[in-house]
Amino acid sequence: MKILVCLSKTADTTARIAFDAAGVKFSEEGVQFILNPYDEWYALVRAIELRDAQGGQVDVVHVGSAASDMLIRKALAIGADAAFRIDDPEPDTRSVAEQIARFAASRGYDLIFTGKETIDYNSSEVGAMLAAALNLPFVSLCSKLDFSDGTLRCTTDIEGGTQMVELRPPAVLSAAKGLAEQRIPNMKGIIDAKKKPLEVLPAEAGSALVTVVRYELPQEKMGVKMIAPDDVQELVNVFKNDLKLI
Amino acid sequence: MLVVVCDHKSGVLTSNSLEALSFGEDLARNGGKDLVALVPGGLQDHSLQSYRLRSVFTFPFSGDHATAEEYLAALLLLAQRSSPECIIFSYNSLGKALGGQLAIRLNAGLISNVCGFEWVDGRALFKKSVFSGKAYAWCAFQSETGLVAILPKAYGINQGQSEQVPEYIDLGPLAPDSRMLVVERTMSSGKTPLTEADVVVSGGRGLKDPANWGMVESLAELLHAGTACSRPVADAGWRPHHEHVGQTGTAIRPKVYIAIGISGAIQHLAGVNNSRTIIVINKDPEAPFFKAADYGVCGDLFEVVPKLIQALQNGQ
Repeated sequence: MKILVCLSKTADTTARIAFDAAGVKFSEEGVQFILNPYDEWYALVRAIELRDAQGGQVDVVHVGSAASDMLIRKALAIGADAAFRIDDPEPDTRSVAEQIARFAASRGYDLIFTGKETIDYNSSEVGAMLAAALNLPFVSLCSKLDFSDGTLRCTTDIEGGTQMVELRPPAVLSAAKGLAEQRIPNMKGIIDAKKKPLEVLPAEAGSALVTVVRYELPQEKMGVKMIAPDDVQELVNVFKNDLKLI
Repeated sequence: MLVVVCDHKSGVLTSNSLEALSFGEDLARNGGKDLVALVPGGLQDHSLQSYRLRSVFTFPFSGDHATAEEYLAALLLLAQRSSPECIIFSYNSLGKALGGQLAIRLNAGLISNVCGFEWVDGRALFKKSVFSGKAYAWCAFQSETGLVAILPKAYGINQGQSEQVPEYIDLGPLAPDSRMLVVERTMSSGKTPLTEADVVVSGGRGLKDPANWGMVESLAELLHAGTACSRPVADAGWRPHHEHVGQTGTAIRPKVYIAIGISGAIQHLAGVNNSRTIIVINKDPEAPFFKAADYGVCGDLFEVVPKLIQALQNGQ
């Protein structure tokens, strides 16, 4: 099985969210970037499990600058076979999808994984865009995946429940919690990763169809109102009068 | 023309659909545009008349529920016929399956997780939630068709006033992508899905033992609330994973979130900090959750919560 896993870098959850003075650019100063957890914990690990069970290879692809190479090496250390980086320092979601689609079009992947969303911009757009650009079926929010007799059986989240779908590869899937368990790279993986190929490809970005005019931060909370632990009646009054819960 | 994509359950429009219709109605009125809706066939919900719709487009579907592929085929046909300026839909699981595919197939810009809009110099700017609600990006379309994907529960529902009876137009037979076959659907019965609950009572490691979970449920029952938990509780197997709220669990935005014995790590806050009112019960005065809370009780939950339950029971 030939599998491609798309990797995003994302600001760590604990990052302080701030913008430049004009409010148009996220301030990266002091921000630690990590591999997007949905890509790393679920998409990549399930891809490796499938390869180990079925044979084949797992490639990873990332659209970004050389600053991401450390994160890409982590994916190789966890067990991917080869990595590709499309050298575009500031792509938007659409150009990520278009550039990966162009990369993947002639390489004959059976499965292409994305995480269900990045934990910073939360857009959840790239997987569906990739599927349409490559004219492949899109398995959205996949939380369980089995492959046997040439058929994929996937459990996906739908409104108010789950559904099971069946299809034959090739397909694009977005990985949700449940698909696999996070793996920590071991020492052998880290050493091997240094010898695995990381190929850099030129960017070929299109024009943006959405522009960000400015960023803004939400209003600060008014501050917490403390209620004494022996005064539960006060809390009941809050439920009744302020929140109209009862 | 603006199109609102709607979904229904047992013949009644879902709350996500009512929210998308409300957004569409306000956007159409501000911009002086026509508003139409797209619904799977067979729906005659009277509330469709409340949102000043010119037309309602319907499409046929097989099975007991329209699939994302059927919606996609219907939207592509509708777009081809009438070139809408905007397609508005809830960014729930259906919307996430559709959004990116429509963006490519219609060469349309997509703004996801939208929670508001404003008109500036004759064009609409859309407010997109980013960084799990810790910031907003105001975005503009540079494309002829724009896709507006609404963050569920972020905009609210208008109590529609209009009594305009829309014209129903059937789009006729479609040819949806049939490469993917739905073999089974499992709908969670009874309880309101966590993401739709107005009030959520949530428990964390402070509860010490799964045997103590009963008090979370009793309190939730008295407040007609859903129940949730922090990640350590789900990872320890005390509660099912679908109840885990936080960064890698479910993100929720109820009207009231009550956190019991949860310290409020930043990963947990990322999933709940858009709740309108947050109430924290924790014995550690240094718990970071108090900084994000509206009301706080610093005390032993094993004393506070049973007393609270007792007081609520006495009050009824």
